[in-house]
Amino acid sequence: MSAARTARRRTPLTSTGIVFIVLALVVVVGALLTASAGRNFFSTGNLSTILTGTSVLGFIAIGQTLVILAGSLDLSVPFVTSLSSLVAGGIMAGQTSNVAAGVFMALAVCAVIGLVNGLVVSLLDVHGFMATLGMGLIISGYLASNYQGSHGSAPRSFRLVGATRIGPVPISVLIMLGCAVLAILMLRRTRIGHHLYAVGGDRSVARLSGVRTAPPVIVVHVLSSVLAGMAGLLLLARLSVGSPTIGSQGGYDLMSIAAVVLGGTLLAGGKGNILGTLGGVAIFAVLDNVMSVMSVNPFLKDVIRGLVIVVAVAVYARRDAHPRLARFDKPSLTDSVVQEAR
Amino acid sequence: MTAPSATVEGSGRTPIAAHRETLGRRLLGAVATPGGGVFVLTGLLLLAVILSNPSFGEPGSLIRFVGRTAPIAIAAIGQYFVIVSGEFDLSMGAVVTTQVVMAGNLIGQDDGRVVPVLLLMLVVGAFIGVVNGVLTTLLKVPSFIVTLGTMLALSGLVLYWTGGAATGNPADSFRQIGRGGIEDVPVLEVIPYPALILLAVATAAVVLMRRPFGRTLIGAGDNPEAARLAGSSLWWLKTRAFVLSSLAATVAGIILVGYAGVHPSVGRGYEFTAITAVVLGGVVLGGGRGWVLSAAAGAFALELLFTLLNFRGVESTWRDTVQGVIIIAAVAFAGRAWQAGRRPSRSRSGAATAPPDPSTTTAPDPGTVKGES
Repeated sequence: MSAARTARRRTPLTSTGIVFIVLALVVVVGALLTASAGRNFFSTGNLSTILTGTSVLGFIAIGQTLVILAGSLDLSVPFVTSLSSLVAGGIMAGQTSNVAAGVFMALAVCAVIGLVNGLVVSLLDVHGFMATLGMGLIISGYLASNYQGSHGSAPRSFRLVGATRIGPVPISVLIMLGCAVLAILMLRRTRIGHHLYAVGGDRSVARLSGVRTAPPVIVVHVLSSVLAGMAGLLLLARLSVGSPTIGSQGGYDLMSIAAVVLGGTLLAGGKGNILGTLGGVAIFAVLDNVMSVMSVNPFLKDVIRGLVIVVAVAVYARRDAHPRLARFDKPSLTDSVVQEAR
Repeated sequence: MTAPSATVEGSGRTPIAAHRETLGRRLLGAVATPGGGVFVLTGLLLLAVILSNPSFGEPGSLIRFVGRTAPIAIAAIGQYFVIVSGEFDLSMGAVVTTQVVMAGNLIGQDDGRVVPVLLLMLVVGAFIGVVNGVLTTLLKVPSFIVTLGTMLALSGLVLYWTGGAATGNPADSFRQIGRGGIEDVPVLEVIPYPALILLAVATAAVVLMRRPFGRTLIGAGDNPEAARLAGSSLWWLKTRAFVLSSLAATVAGIILVGYAGVHPSVGRGYEFTAITAVVLGGVVLGGGRGWVLSAAAGAFALELLFTLLNFRGVESTWRDTVQGVIIIAAVAFAGRAWQAGRRPSRSRSGAATAPPDPSTTTAPDPGTVKGES
């Protein structure tokens, strides 16, 4: 029995593995339901709709994953998204020559917001939940006071970013996946990425091990805001006007956190990865698509989403309830022999 | 930071260190903590409001203000139980909405149905709390996600039921709970029922927090592992906290029917306002620290702030911005004050060089840690 237990411990099913099994299940069930409605789930048009559905939430969820890995949260993303679409739309004003300036300014504004978030969280020691809730309120007040309705406009050349696709894959999804690859490289290959896991896992242990705890937290908040800004630019390209309510309508703050947790990342930080988050985002996109095809009442969609979130997280939340206590497990036979020999 | 405890002095046991000081010094010490400081803040804000609009200081309008603030203060008291045990309740706003819509549609103009529906609402509230609590503690799903799921599900159901429009209009006798009051009181003119309900809820909450339940709840929020080893049943403890939170949201909903009428958007954002009030009251996200009346005082401070902005002619669109700045400032201040206030004797001797107190730096993040871990 103990042999079986050790064997199972050596080849554990990672939470990312479970996410993709759940995704496959959702796809199969979705394909069956779609077929029962007389439509083809795997048609190019439908696949492209699903992929388009992943892009906006994908950008935001990648940033949210980084922030959550560092043990913080970002609730300001929906307002950053709206602000970015307004700033870029205002500067572009329908002129192709202004596209670069608009994109640059929007992302710069977002980076500054993220910097402030990061500084407040790391230096003032305010919990990420409250710091970014406060920052979200600050931006929301600014938006409500300065913009009555949609504002600015995107030139045709910029709108193409939202409309062009290669085969069934929209350009926007490719950009999103590019960001995901960069984020994965940062987590796996750079010093700041490793420090990020350390700080998120246990801040004081990281500190006592000689890691400076502030820089990773600041960097992830900046990245999260910039990625939320890119989501805002994408929405601007699709709608061709900036809107002060586009972010909060989407509920991107809570939905992105749900996608991250659905992707197997621990909400407490220090454990998780980008790949799982992409799986979580894809689960939401497939779910939305199937519900649209089945023409489910839009209000009931929220009910189903809520149930799926809780059930899916419950499936693997039980597994790693004490993820960091593994080393205190009952020692295996060899371990105890080594202990005795000493 | 609580009132003098007669039981300790009466029973002849040695009082704990914090109780050896004189009453005056203890009060001063309490005011220096964020939980006490919020009362000073509320007083200052009240003074500022009265200075900008002297008629606000009349007893009649003051007690009406208390009545207006009662729902949010009650919600804050409910949220306090959950937050102090180290969890989150994001479903509060959706519960408020559900109860308001239920009252509107089930009671109708029939006075005879008021009491049965009232009981049904309380049962539904308690049931939602049990679901939240059991999913969080036994299935070990983070409370942030559980209550987010409940929020989506409940608000979706309510919108589906009502079609997104204002429907139903409960009998006037039911609306009187939120609107009416005891008339012809000498100085105050009228005592609104919501103010009386708030008084009852606050008293019950204080009593509850002094009982073993409250003490263990704070212990479980501070260090769940220690509370578990000490023999308390964590899942039942936290489930009761969630039930209290949902019941508080139900009571707030009952009052709001009288004030705001029946509309599916009536409870929108209530959870974040309640959490803001609790945090403004110096209660630490992550659990284990804070006083229940400070949470209620936080709600009053928030409402007074909005009233002040109104009287000062600040556009209502800037309300959010001011609220955001206040939240960040309050939490930044509270974090330092708790650390400084906890060990007054050691704070002088080189706190800067000493490594951070492990109990404060490794405290689990609020709602992010699963159930019992």
